[in-house]
Amino acid sequence: MSRSTPKSDNPFYDASLNARHFRAKAFKLFTLSSIVFAISFLLFFLGDMVYKGLPDFQQAYIKIDVSYSEKSLASIRQAVDKKYRRVVSRSWLRGIPRQVEANPELMNTTQTRWVLLNHQVDQYLKGHYYKVKAKNIKLIDAMQKEGKVELQFNEIFFTHGDSKIPENSGFKSAIIGSILTLLVMMVVAFPLGVMTAVYLEEFAPDNRWTQLIEININNLAAIPSILFGLLGLAVFITLFGMPRSSPLVGGLTLALMTLPVIIVSARAALRSVPDNIRQAGYGLGLTKIQVVQDHVLPLAFPGIMTGSIIGLAHAMGETAPLIIIGMIAFIPDTPTSIFEAATVMPAQLFTWAGMPERAYVERTAAGIMVLISVLITMNTFAIYLRKKFEVKW
Amino acid sequence: MMLKKPVLSMIVGSVLTMVAVTTNAAEQIKIVGSSTVYPFSSSVAEEFGATTKNPTPIVESTGSGGGMKLFCKGGDANTPDITNASRRMKVKEFKMCAENGVTDITEAVIGFDGIAIAQNKSNAPLKLTKKHLLLAVAEQVPAKDSSGLIRNQYKNWKQIDSSLPDREIIIYGPPTSSGTRDAFEDMIMKAQTKKMDVYTSLYKADKVKNKGYKKYHKIRQDGVYVPSGENDNLIVQKLDKNPAAIGIFGYSFLMENDDKVSAATVEGILPTPETISSGAYPISRSLFFYVKNSHRASVPAIDQYVAMFMSEELIGPEGILGEIGLIALPDARRTAIRASVMSHTKLSLDDLVKK
Repeated sequence: MSRSTPKSDNPFYDASLNARHFRAKAFKLFTLSSIVFAISFLLFFLGDMVYKGLPDFQQAYIKIDVSYSEKSLASIRQAVDKKYRRVVSRSWLRGIPRQVEANPELMNTTQTRWVLLNHQVDQYLKGHYYKVKAKNIKLIDAMQKEGKVELQFNEIFFTHGDSKIPENSGFKSAIIGSILTLLVMMVVAFPLGVMTAVYLEEFAPDNRWTQLIEININNLAAIPSILFGLLGLAVFITLFGMPRSSPLVGGLTLALMTLPVIIVSARAALRSVPDNIRQAGYGLGLTKIQVVQDHVLPLAFPGIMTGSIIGLAHAMGETAPLIIIGMIAFIPDTPTSIFEAATVMPAQLFTWAGMPERAYVERTAAGIMVLISVLITMNTFAIYLRKKFEVKW
Repeated sequence: MMLKKPVLSMIVGSVLTMVAVTTNAAEQIKIVGSSTVYPFSSSVAEEFGATTKNPTPIVESTGSGGGMKLFCKGGDANTPDITNASRRMKVKEFKMCAENGVTDITEAVIGFDGIAIAQNKSNAPLKLTKKHLLLAVAEQVPAKDSSGLIRNQYKNWKQIDSSLPDREIIIYGPPTSSGTRDAFEDMIMKAQTKKMDVYTSLYKADKVKNKGYKKYHKIRQDGVYVPSGENDNLIVQKLDKNPAAIGIFGYSFLMENDDKVSAATVEGILPTPETISSGAYPISRSLFFYVKNSHRASVPAIDQYVAMFMSEELIGPEGILGEIGLIALPDARRTAIRASVMSHTKLSLDDLVKK
């Protein structure tokens, strides 16, 4: 039928056609605008964080003479010339006795060192709001022209723990704390979760009891995380007497929280293995455990891993249950075992966000950048695993 | 098969870890308590960790009340050694401690914290009195024709007093869980309403039903007073965006954000370290910490930590804590309190009962 046929002659002509086409287009536009809206939010957030956080990867230093003597050990402010006392960081000077202890030959010498500047001067050099006396600004400006004041890579951020002196604070303790906590969590939740899923999917009879368990697992997955914190406090700390604020308690609490997620995803992965595989196994005379262990589980493994990594990423960003068990605290020392007090990355961000000093604004943003990059890396890894080992039936 | 061994060793490993749990968490000082004292306490903790051989104490911000609960739970090693408070220990809390066997406690006062009433810097200076503040925030206020109490109708500062600017009343302040809120209610509301017949006469008429009118401190809930969360940075941001608003928050946040906000005078006085320390500025409170003396033997570092905290370098007028907003006690009081803390004076119930 040619396009020029008059409408009246066209037996297929539908008067509502234009309106329907319009509605279809409008719907498409609506869905598209939703995603544009969501993406623009995300970009705005990320852009804001990067804009605020990037300067934090640099820190201001000044090149001055430091005298190591009895006098400067007794009163650390004496170690530098009087005119620099208001601009250098107290945290750097505080470390002088330790430096001498480590290198006794420093005693009674004067060394030219790059000394950390305090956060106010640092903020001034980065063009943010600052509180530095005019006299000191003149000094800093003059030194900067001579190349004796500069922004260097902020090593402290990756080698120090929390601090109340902004220029001395870092993310390391929180990173290590997160690793220890997540390690405990995975060691507990992964085997328990996978074994539960295997039992429910492969061995359990379908009766009232298993149905009840199934409903409860699905319910658990939707419980607000703070309740797991209360459970952790009551059971692990009060009842078993495990050390408060430790990665052990944190890991166990997060394990309880992640368990349902792992079970649900592992069951889905097991269910997606076709029954033919199991039937073929039985046909060859294998026992049930041989079928599960040698055939079904390996085939379901990529799916299980994907679910577990997503559960892990979820747990990494969790703070609410950790407030209750004391992991949101001032813990600058890096933990060396799962029994020592530790804090985790999101908890550290929470602490920094509440500090009055301006320099913590960029510390927080830089911390968010680190946390988000780790999360993106983990999710990418999960997708890679799925793509690589996925078996299509 | 490839899975079996690692999975098995994981299970064994996790069981072993569970078994290996012992209470080896002594030695490191554990501190809980007020979020207002937290920045000061953690600064001392950091200084302590950096300059002595001891591990850095753990400082947790649980709020004054939450800290007392943990502190008074008992005497075993897993309970906190020290609790911070932005108010004095309550008699109820002292009794709770005693019931659980925590009887030997030493009290220390470290300094003052001022509560600032602040506004956007672009505004003309604001001169408030305690009475203005009460009339702006109370749920029920005395009627203009002195016929008793009515619902608070004030929407504009000008309605309260003709000397005040023609500005909408909107106040961002701390939520009920906060110690700052308690202090504000005590010093601005209770201190005045307990002396105002229009409130107390109601209490006298029916002491059971009108108990709330003895020291009236109900804050209005019609959207004029906006509770803004424990994070004072948030209130500063709100003031920055809304020039009409005023905010109530700790003095250290005022000091750090003086490019964005400026303080209002209360009874003609601006909050400064001098006026707060001397008591001339009317809204300030003392900050405390409490030491569990029974832990001093098993955690020897406690004595050193307390000595460092009470030292002139930290809480003195030129001290490190002054840089982050702590207001020093007057010299004589500081010396007296230091002596009392260093000799581990035992806190008694009589000390806490209000005279």
